[in-house]
Amino acid sequence: MKINHRGVILGIIEKVSGPIVIANKMLGAKMYDVVKVGDSSLIGEIIQLNEDKAIIQVYEDTAGIRPGEKVETTEHPLSVNLGPGLIANIYDGIQRPLEKIEKESGVYISKGISINSLDLKKKWDFIANKDLKRNAEVKEGDVLGYVQETDIIKHYIMVPPGVKGKLDELKSGKMTITQTVATVKDGSKKIEIPMMQMRAVRKAGKYKNKLMVDEPLITGQRVIDTFFPIAKGGTAAVPGAFGTGKTVIQHQLAKWSDAQIIIYIGCGERGNEMTEVLTEFPELKDPKTGKPLMERTILIANTSNMPVAAREASIYTGITIAEYFRDMGYDIAVMADSTSRWAEAMREVSARLEEMPGEEGYPAYLPKRLAEFYERGGKVETLNGKQGSITIIGAVSPPGGDISEPVSQGTLRITKTFWALDAALASSRHFPSINWLSSYSLYDGNLKNWYLKNIGKEFIENRDQAMKILQREAELKNIVQLVGADALPDSERIILEVGRMIRENFLFQSAYDNIDTFSSLKKQYMMLDLILHFNMLAEKAVKEVSAEKIMQLDAKKEISRMRETSEKDFTAFAENTKKRIEKAFSDLLKANQ
Amino acid sequence: MNFNIEYNTLKSIAGPLIVVDKISNAAYNEIVRIRLQNNETILGQVIETTNKFAIVQVFGQTTGIDISNTSVTFTGETFNMPVSEDMLGRVFNGQAQPIDYKAGITYETKQDINGLALNPVSRAMPNDFIQTGISTIDGLMTLVRGQKLPIFSSSGLQHNQLTAQIIRQAKTRKSNENFAIVFAGIGITHDDAIYFINEFKETGAINRTVSFINFADDPSIERILTPRIALTTAEFLAFEKNMHVLVILNDMTNYAESLRELSSAKNEVPGRRGYPGYTYTDLASLFERAGIIRGKNASITQLDVVTMPGDDITHPIPDLTGYITEGQIFLSRDLANKGIYPPVNPLGSLSRLMNQGIGSGKTREDHRGIADQLYSAYAKAQEAKNLSSIVGMDALSDMDRLYLKFGENFENRFIGQRHDENRDIEQTLDIGWDLISEFPEQELSRIKSEFIQKYYKQKKHATDAAEA
Repeated sequence: MKINHRGVILGIIEKVSGPIVIANKMLGAKMYDVVKVGDSSLIGEIIQLNEDKAIIQVYEDTAGIRPGEKVETTEHPLSVNLGPGLIANIYDGIQRPLEKIEKESGVYISKGISINSLDLKKKWDFIANKDLKRNAEVKEGDVLGYVQETDIIKHYIMVPPGVKGKLDELKSGKMTITQTVATVKDGSKKIEIPMMQMRAVRKAGKYKNKLMVDEPLITGQRVIDTFFPIAKGGTAAVPGAFGTGKTVIQHQLAKWSDAQIIIYIGCGERGNEMTEVLTEFPELKDPKTGKPLMERTILIANTSNMPVAAREASIYTGITIAEYFRDMGYDIAVMADSTSRWAEAMREVSARLEEMPGEEGYPAYLPKRLAEFYERGGKVETLNGKQGSITIIGAVSPPGGDISEPVSQGTLRITKTFWALDAALASSRHFPSINWLSSYSLYDGNLKNWYLKNIGKEFIENRDQAMKILQREAELKNIVQLVGADALPDSERIILEVGRMIRENFLFQSAYDNIDTFSSLKKQYMMLDLILHFNMLAEKAVKEVSAEKIMQLDAKKEISRMRETSEKDFTAFAENTKKRIEKAFSDLLKANQ
Repeated sequence: MNFNIEYNTLKSIAGPLIVVDKISNAAYNEIVRIRLQNNETILGQVIETTNKFAIVQVFGQTTGIDISNTSVTFTGETFNMPVSEDMLGRVFNGQAQPIDYKAGITYETKQDINGLALNPVSRAMPNDFIQTGISTIDGLMTLVRGQKLPIFSSSGLQHNQLTAQIIRQAKTRKSNENFAIVFAGIGITHDDAIYFINEFKETGAINRTVSFINFADDPSIERILTPRIALTTAEFLAFEKNMHVLVILNDMTNYAESLRELSSAKNEVPGRRGYPGYTYTDLASLFERAGIIRGKNASITQLDVVTMPGDDITHPIPDLTGYITEGQIFLSRDLANKGIYPPVNPLGSLSRLMNQGIGSGKTREDHRGIADQLYSAYAKAQEAKNLSSIVGMDALSDMDRLYLKFGENFENRFIGQRHDENRDIEQTLDIGWDLISEFPEQELSRIKSEFIQKYYKQKKHATDAAEA
């Protein structure tokens, strides 16, 4: 073993093949230690040890690296820096700040660049926790104080992992994140605690208890909130062929869902999509707080042309940051777009290691890794006794749109909400293209009480009735395919018509329309209620007049335009429309007599 | 290391790969020069390096290489190509050597053909509408500057004619901007190459065009280089010379096949249909080189031709491409068989950046709505058609019949246009309104009422007649 003047292990590169480098003379190095590879100090991670050889996956392009160059260990595992300054940042897969990289190296990301993830110079106003007195016992997770990071986010400073003891000193004041805010005595040991802490990314963070999820994540998307809701702390899979709108759904959820912090992981996807988030979010306002959406958002961008090993790490980086904020008692939503690219990165590294391939070349441990990731979500009681949650929404990009492949299947076994994106719906521009017949949410039972208490039982009754109509419509459509619509009795033609109204006027929702892009639960309820009111009157009327006449009613027009009506005007609009429909029906029946 | 040493230590040759022994410090991805017995040199690249040997991938044919009389020089550089504004108007082979028998070129600088990853923060959102003069594209899958939009085609369809027409007609609404075309023929026939170069000459675009052509009978491994060379040139012209560059990569399926050939030579674990597991990443490293850099008046727009083997859109190459690019222009054999040109089927097509490029100030306020309505109506027309083929016309409802008729008109009047017909966006949208106005107003649920009031054309409707 060779050790340099700083006491770190130095190895020698023996082989380079794509993102995998093998170095010898590495005895003493630990698994998953971060290393600096070659003369240009590329960042890598040890993923296998074999006698004195270390197999390293490198997070940057290895072109130009030669055997004989050195490898230096940093002796700590791949970690993220956590502290004030995280919010509104955009990082690459290993938490390097892309905005600062641009300032330093220009528009292209140069290799071996090393910049702190957080601003070390900025001074923050730290307010100490008044409840903590000198000599109080503190342990991991306890809140020492906070920094008002943005208008909406109070950034709590917590005792870092592995630290416990008697509080010796705790002071408020303007400080950088590396200055000591508290000192703790553990026996004779004196530990200084700055605001910044580090956490290893590959290990799930600690918490006291997992809790049952019982509250929906309101997304403002009608098909989701009304039919296939996701709980705060729940997991959802969004598989779909290309062009079915996975990314738009992820963006919509990042924009409008009522989580307090959004972590958006662009994993192996398009650069322009990240640009879109970066341009749009600062201008959009959170419907609840009225503040720019960027003030609650953190982006992890490892686009498809950025190094593949860092893509593998990006998912862990994102979820670790989420856990940190969850420990403060926040509700976090993590969007992972796309987990298929993450799995492919695993496959690529696995192939370079010449591991025995499992299904479709993916490593045999793929399902385990998927499960580990989604299990880091959930609602918990944190170590400091608060309640926080992480909701994970993972996009899946199955080849050819066929979800029998390993990543989709591995994901569906763990996640409890399934939004099935349908290529046929997408090609007829029905968005969101979530198929109402094949999607499901297993949170119905957990959330029922919340809906009963906060919206009312009519909401659930309406939803169930609408779903029945949609299912009946699908059956009837099969018959129509064989015999034509004319052969159906009038009562069934009404079902077809109402089914169409639910699809086109309720399920269809434009992400690009200022009003339609977000619907409150109340508006969702009233919209569906209008359609079902029409349905009730039509069912009655069809006993006396023909379906044809009912379908030509002018009052239908109001319903087909209701998406355009704003939240503010909607209650009045709904009342008027209801009256108009009633009048139209009674006129129709009168004319018939 | 000394870069002038010639290694005569070839150990093995297999397909496009050679193993050079007794070299302990070749750089990964380093470029090597391989000198044959007859003094001919071929380029190669290190794809695996160890402290005992290096594996080199040869860009050319390994015919003529022998173990004892071949020498290899390591250049110490990764693949850098010389670039210059003088390349405009010239034709090169797939390795960037001029093949048009014209005077030499003074090169300005060298650039690595692999490019570097563009920082997502440095990108600007593409939002300049490009008018191609083709109704289906402009109206329904609008192309914007900085976008990568492939044409999904099949053998026997007119993708070359369509590509040529787009090149001829494409323009933005801004004037006085520098534009250039970089054309990469990847494994294309001599016929196709001649067709394109003649097109460029006839329209006068040739002076603004750099062409790189790897013919179908050129070494297939060279195809790995050609798109990279083309994109490097495009990046130089755009970001160093402030031009708006349109890059045509034709045909990416040939590229992917070379990638597969190389992968199997390397004994890699094959993925779907034998393509390597990293095909997505590899294709992304090319497609992602389209875009705009913040603060620069320059852009790279890509129009890539991808032929779908067996007309199958789920084949790995169109499939992976679709996951990377910002939409696709989908050509359909059904439309082509009906004699409709260009046979663009809107139902399989999409432009993800459309919303950034349309609307008031860019195209027209009603663009989004009319496009959505046309899409949805054409989808319903297809349903009605399927229905009528089972139950017959008589069993169709009046509305179904309206849709059926709309479908035919839409294909003939909106999709179909002449090879030399250049429609501006207003014309395109007006044709759309004319077709959609065959429906009663309440059928148009995708369009805002204010636009219906403004653009809807009152007509006598079949359903009105039924009512009366």
